[in-house]
Amino acid sequence: MERRTFLGGAAGVAAAGASAPALSQGAAARTLRVIPQANLTSLDPVWTTAVVTRNNAFMIYDQICATDAAGNVKPQMAAGWEVSQDQLTWTFTLRPGLMFHDGERVAAKDCVASIERWRRRDPFMQVLGENVAAVEAVDDTRFRFRLHRPTPLLIMALGQTQFPCFVMPERIARTDAFTQIRDTIGSGPFRFLADEWNPGQRASWAKNDRYVPRDEAPDGLAGGRVPRIDKVEWTIITDPATSANALAQGEQDYWEYPLHDLLPMLRRNRNVVVEQRLTDGTYGVARFNTLQPPFNNPAIRRAVAMAVDQRDYLRAVAGDDPAGWGACEGVFTCDTPLANEEGSDALKVRNIERAKAALTAAGYNGEKVVIIAPGDYPQINALSLMTADIIRRLGMNLELISADWGTLVQRRTSKEPVERGGWSIIHTTSSGQSLALPVFHLFLRANGNNAWFGWPDVPEVEALRAEWVAKGGDPAESRRIGQALNRVAMREMYYVPLGYYWQPSAWRRNVTGAFRAPATVFWNIGKS
Amino acid sequence: MFAYVVRRVLATIPVMAVVALFVFSLLYIAPGDPAAVIAGDQATPDDVERIRASLGLDRPYLVRFGAWVFDILRGDLGVSIFTNLPVSLMIKQRLEPTLSLMVVTLILAVSIAVPMGVIAAARVGTFIDKLVMGFAVLGFSVPVFVVGYLLAYIFALELEWLPVQGYTPFSNGFFPWMENLILPAIALGSVYIALIARITRASMLEVLQQDYIRTARAKGAGLRSILFLHALKNAAVPIVTVIGIGIALLIGGAVVTESVFAIPGLGRLTVDAILRRDYPVIQGVVLLFSFTYVLVNLIIDILYTLFDPRIRY
Repeated sequence: MERRTFLGGAAGVAAAGASAPALSQGAAARTLRVIPQANLTSLDPVWTTAVVTRNNAFMIYDQICATDAAGNVKPQMAAGWEVSQDQLTWTFTLRPGLMFHDGERVAAKDCVASIERWRRRDPFMQVLGENVAAVEAVDDTRFRFRLHRPTPLLIMALGQTQFPCFVMPERIARTDAFTQIRDTIGSGPFRFLADEWNPGQRASWAKNDRYVPRDEAPDGLAGGRVPRIDKVEWTIITDPATSANALAQGEQDYWEYPLHDLLPMLRRNRNVVVEQRLTDGTYGVARFNTLQPPFNNPAIRRAVAMAVDQRDYLRAVAGDDPAGWGACEGVFTCDTPLANEEGSDALKVRNIERAKAALTAAGYNGEKVVIIAPGDYPQINALSLMTADIIRRLGMNLELISADWGTLVQRRTSKEPVERGGWSIIHTTSSGQSLALPVFHLFLRANGNNAWFGWPDVPEVEALRAEWVAKGGDPAESRRIGQALNRVAMREMYYVPLGYYWQPSAWRRNVTGAFRAPATVFWNIGKS
Repeated sequence: MFAYVVRRVLATIPVMAVVALFVFSLLYIAPGDPAAVIAGDQATPDDVERIRASLGLDRPYLVRFGAWVFDILRGDLGVSIFTNLPVSLMIKQRLEPTLSLMVVTLILAVSIAVPMGVIAAARVGTFIDKLVMGFAVLGFSVPVFVVGYLLAYIFALELEWLPVQGYTPFSNGFFPWMENLILPAIALGSVYIALIARITRASMLEVLQQDYIRTARAKGAGLRSILFLHALKNAAVPIVTVIGIGIALLIGGAVVTESVFAIPGLGRLTVDAILRRDYPVIQGVVLLFSFTYVLVNLIIDILYTLFDPRIRY
């Protein structure tokens, strides 16, 4: 019996049968006790892109504008913005009553400093950066972007969720973007309790009594960010079975990322709610190293893709329930404006024998294929093992290396042949938001040495991407370019899209106000 | 004796130096890059390089080792790459849960295992002996995490006597503190109890064959007096030795136990740091563990003289 199976059984029986203990009075009733998806090790959302750090930042900081549930960018700290007639000046006005946790008023200069620090790291703003002549404060409540050329995507960058622009006091935001900040003063709906922070054990936030939310219902990350609980307390529990048991027993109120294996058991517990909170799924990616044989040959890459059936991968990660995942046989996030399957024929073959024939025709010569599977990352490990199985069934010369994530992220930087520490295929996952547009679609980029690991060099893709940045404001043009990008990416097949799975959350039934959003946030949530 | 203790304490210095060199070198050659973990998928190679430079990870081996040793000599274990907090503070935050778990486990294990071993030796070949040895085999064979989950299932989920997870500091009161430690201590102690019980039995069996035991019996001494006054003290040297060696077992087992019961101790700190390649934290914790182990061995050597007056240093 595998350890994971044993845990599932033990936790499941318990979760199904456990009766609800009476909710303790006092502090526990005013505290939302959360098991987060990972340990909060860094507090600086500019310094690191860790999702757990971003979730912490949504509590501490506020945004100038934010994305609603439909994906539209709405004002948040901003009362609104005006675009000049020549579209070269965007002026933002802050709404009144915004205060930092230390009692200082939020001023336009704080927004300017925060934007300057953030745009040094955000890939989206780096693309738009050459259009920006200056970001400057007009007065205490207004700041503006002066542009060299019209940039309709600016508001999308400023309100994005994958690398959000959070506003910090100017004195903190002046810190170099590559140096981690220590100060956690923000103007968001919760205050970070630095004295209670014990990385690996606990992190806590108290309600920010000074916070003035927008007078609107929450809508994704837009709308009123009303803190409805006195305290949010994250307890780091690394073991999924222990997390399930703690939730079933009422020792914890909310589990952000329950293990898929445990979802059926949690659903059987009448005191626990299991629901999807994130608005988009998590997408799997199999990435080829295009610099080294055999995958420096696009025909061999396409042959492997012909053997891929996304459903097998998704079942391996998220279980047999088809409601928990979905196939998506294109490079853009499904159900978004650019989603299309132009030229995705190879992904629709799903046949080992035909893939074998294509492999032979492509001239595969028995070169070694090295796949690195991260054993400490269950979802990515499952994707890696599925690809390894396909490679084996195709009769390729496979070496499967089991490592930890820390080792993988270093080894994937190697451009050497596999015999000298290189690699052939790696896997990763990404939020749907990150794959929705060409401008921040990491895996689509094909600018050689500057591309993501695997280093594809396809000038046609880069040209189309640049064209989208210029014309992406026009929906029809945007779609046309999106189809062309999908066609070229599928022809070159430097990565194989593996579909998406949903990651639900689980919470005690007395938790109120949970709503769907592009990120896990805790405003509007209370306890009855 | 005093001179011996001073000599042994001084001898720990080169031992710790070797450990420091070994740990630092091992981490230097081990695969993994904290800068890549911090930077995330979106980062360009230039970004990763800049983070590496800002953390000082691009400096040559000798420069980094020299700076680290210099800091340690000043009592500074450095700053965590990820949390930006001093390593000494992070260790301090985690010390109490691990110490509590180990002390409770040690007390529980010794107070159960030694009487078990003595009784098994006194009743050698009987059902009681077989029961004790059967338990010992079970204790060795069943992994700590299995024992942990079973205990949590029975006592926390079914009976609801004890909490599933967590740790309450001693300053919040003895009973809340103890409530969180009972199950982890039993889980962690199961192997330890098995080990000590077996060694106690074996050692006692040997001592019980000695002439002076026969003499004591002939003089009419009672069984309890023979076992606990005459035999146990003479059997104590190997038992104390195995208790000391078992401290290493406890440190290893604590990593798993702390994960199963979500105890924020040094074991979890170590594993988290290793997975992220948080070098200063790994180095600090390993140094601490090594120092503890050296210290425990010294204490055991001193204890020998109490149990066996023939041993002199």
